[in-house]
Amino acid sequence: MVSEPGTDAADGVPESATVDAPLVEAPADAVAGEVVLRLTDVVKTFPGVRALDGVQLEVRAGEVHCLLGQNGAGKSTLIKVLSGVHQPDSGQIEWRGEPAAFTNPQAAMRAGIATIYQELDLVEDLSVAENAFLGHEPRQLGFVRRGQMARRTRQILGRLGHGEIPPNRMVRSLPAAGKQVVSMARALSHEARLIIMDEPSAVLAHDEVGNLFRIIRELTAQGIAVIYISHRLEEIREIGDRVTVLKDGRTTAANLPARDTPTRDLVSRMTGRTIEYVFPDRPADAEPAGGDLLEVEGLTRAGEFADVSLRVRPGEIVGIAGLVGSGRSELLETIYGARRPEAGTVRMAGRQLRPGSVGAAVRAGMGMAPEERKSQALLLGEPIYRNVTLATFGRYARGGFTDAGRERAAADQIADSLELRPRDVRRPVRTLSGGNQQKVVVGRWLLGDTKLLLLDEPTRGVDVGARAELYQVIRSLAERGVGVLLVSSEVPEVLGLADRVLVMREGRVVREAPAGELDENTVLDLVMAGSLMEGAPA
Amino acid sequence: MSEATPTSTAAPDRAAKLPAQSPPVDPAETAAAADHAVSGGRLSWWRGEGGEGAKRNLGLIAVLVALVVIGALTRPDLYSNADWVWANTLTILKLASVVGVVTVGMTFVIIGGGIDLSVGAIVALAGVWATTVATQSYGAGGMIFCALTVGLGVGLVNGLLISYGRLVPFIATLAMLVAARGLAAELSDKQTQVSNNTTINDIASTNLLGIPLLVYILAAVVIAGWVLLNRTTFGRRTVAVGGNPEAARLAGINVKRHTVMLYALSGLCCGIAAIMLTAQATSAQAAMANLYELDAIAAAIIGGTLLSGGRGTIIGSLLGVIIFSTITNLFAINGLTSEAQNMVKGGIIVAAVLVQQVQFRSLTQFLGRNRLTTT
Repeated sequence: MVSEPGTDAADGVPESATVDAPLVEAPADAVAGEVVLRLTDVVKTFPGVRALDGVQLEVRAGEVHCLLGQNGAGKSTLIKVLSGVHQPDSGQIEWRGEPAAFTNPQAAMRAGIATIYQELDLVEDLSVAENAFLGHEPRQLGFVRRGQMARRTRQILGRLGHGEIPPNRMVRSLPAAGKQVVSMARALSHEARLIIMDEPSAVLAHDEVGNLFRIIRELTAQGIAVIYISHRLEEIREIGDRVTVLKDGRTTAANLPARDTPTRDLVSRMTGRTIEYVFPDRPADAEPAGGDLLEVEGLTRAGEFADVSLRVRPGEIVGIAGLVGSGRSELLETIYGARRPEAGTVRMAGRQLRPGSVGAAVRAGMGMAPEERKSQALLLGEPIYRNVTLATFGRYARGGFTDAGRERAAADQIADSLELRPRDVRRPVRTLSGGNQQKVVVGRWLLGDTKLLLLDEPTRGVDVGARAELYQVIRSLAERGVGVLLVSSEVPEVLGLADRVLVMREGRVVREAPAGELDENTVLDLVMAGSLMEGAPA
Repeated sequence: MSEATPTSTAAPDRAAKLPAQSPPVDPAETAAAADHAVSGGRLSWWRGEGGEGAKRNLGLIAVLVALVVIGALTRPDLYSNADWVWANTLTILKLASVVGVVTVGMTFVIIGGGIDLSVGAIVALAGVWATTVATQSYGAGGMIFCALTVGLGVGLVNGLLISYGRLVPFIATLAMLVAARGLAAELSDKQTQVSNNTTINDIASTNLLGIPLLVYILAAVVIAGWVLLNRTTFGRRTVAVGGNPEAARLAGINVKRHTVMLYALSGLCCGIAAIMLTAQATSAQAAMANLYELDAIAAAIIGGTLLSGGRGTIIGSLLGVIIFSTITNLFAINGLTSEAQNMVKGGIIVAAVLVQQVQFRSLTQFLGRNRLTTT
């Protein structure tokens, strides 16, 4: 499925060379410690996706090793392999000089690998000490030794430079930064030698990041290794020692010096593609006829996005590029009425929609394929046809009585036109692959008289072949006059599919331009906050 | 994997093949629908296809048969008499009728992702309200209207509290359980209110073609419930709202309004049950229909309704109720205590859920295997 590289000569560096060469370049003083973790050719596949396709990684004691990669590059899967959630299909994991296999999260933790996830896994209604020692409380005769637990927690918090947090405080009452400290205290309570931090700065306010870095420095000074994942290049430059770059499940560069590697190099190693997506051609007459279909004016939700205005014309595909957390999904849901805006208006074909009402949006001709297919769009146990007609079964009913025959016939038509496989619409939707499930969700809105389709990450978890088909479907919808508003964290997808592109960062639209005027590197630079040191085209 | 290869690039003609966005009525479609009715539609009641399948209920029928066999083995003297067997069957159905009506409403609420603990209390309140001296002065029609209105009204309040007051269903209906019984005790002044209306009282004693009227009422409610769940947009919304509320909401279904309607429906069923129970006892009191909520929930669960919502059947629930009343009957004809009976009922509830879990697990395993081979 995944074609061999070599299609893209932009990097000009063969795979093997990239992996090995920079090891020599890395300044010796920056990474003095011994190697604690070494991954060789780690592969992990899921049905339809090769999530990890040959990952190399080397982490030394006392260093901050940064992992860089776009969404879908395999960072999350890699973390889960290291923390024992997933087992690799092949490849070696060497932990402190010996081959290791972490069959479950407890095994990884016992070995000394702790993971701090973005959404902290703390029990809000337990105290700081109880959270720190959750699952391995010091005990005697079955009773928890609370005094000892509090004392050791205080000790650990002191090591983290946060002796001021009382061990018996409820975690719920701590601010986000405090909760993060508790997560790290838990890692230390396990005597962790490697701490994996998944975008730890994402939950912090700007001035709290400095404190996070101070803690990380305390940890590394004690010989603990840190794997640090972040989208923000400026952070990587400040805290990181070495950088490993992932792309499409492979290591494209290992052990680059974090401070001195030029941004251009890092970005190009993240983006150079091994898979060429097939995007349908844009129609020649670039100016779609007619007035605006969707007009969004000054839409605002505090903490999510602010003062967003945009327009979509009939037959136009508008793409929104942005990272997770840039407010793009929230914006889409607000336009659709699934969230209520604090300010601003949404108009369809000139008529203002009642805010916060999905029903009003659907009646006005909107349809949405949400980000989380399984939890937000499908009734997994129900047959395919009932999922296809979920938004329209009322139209096939007579006097409130449903007509399964007509519904199936309509779903059959959709299944034919979208080349759904397997084709039998009476099968439960859960038996379909991700790509085909997505076709069901999109197909749902082909039945009504949808004028505007909102697509949130339409190709997430969809394999390459089905992607190309979905792109075709989206384009042909636009050709029929349907407006499309598309959100994706995959920049090439937005650039390849959309006619016009909006770039979002931290809840604001920072750039709007025809897709032809933007390239991937420009958009990536815009998307990553403050990452561009060479001066961005504003 | 196979889907990745064949058509990824060769799709420029796709636009032509997409269905035109025409209104749903379209002669070609109707023809295709008719075609489907022949090829696939006929056996859908058997296979289930996401809705109600008789196949699923075979296990329950087997349990029922086993109970009858046990009855025949323990009391061969009674079961050798055909007249007695017929009369006993009617007794069992009559016993099942009141709880059965309540269970139909409960099944809708549970499929819709909720729970209604207040059903017994609503039956009591509706029964008491319908038998006050003032209400009885309006005659049988007035009493029936009163019971139905009270049931519907209390159900509406439940639904509004849950949908718009954002109370957890368990809490809201638990509070209603307490409050409605309290109001019933207040209205009746803690007395048993005798029904002097012969039309009402005759509901319990009338037989049509040898079958009690109560059984007809149960049958009518079950049939109406089956049609409502399996053949109407209301039923489809119920399954959608319970199966995945977020997906239902994003598909444009008004989840809150529908939830209110589900609890109102449950309340209405309680109103019907209140009339039936009052007729049986020729009286009403605040303590009547005690613990009906447990019987109804248990029957629905035994019948295969998923407590987390999104799946369940009316026929399954009916069989659940009948199994319970058959057990009661079995113990009665053998002269055993109701304590022993309750222990057996508890065991059956656990067994039913265990069996469901095993079925579900083997189903997911089967699907897992399937996925590896077909996609």
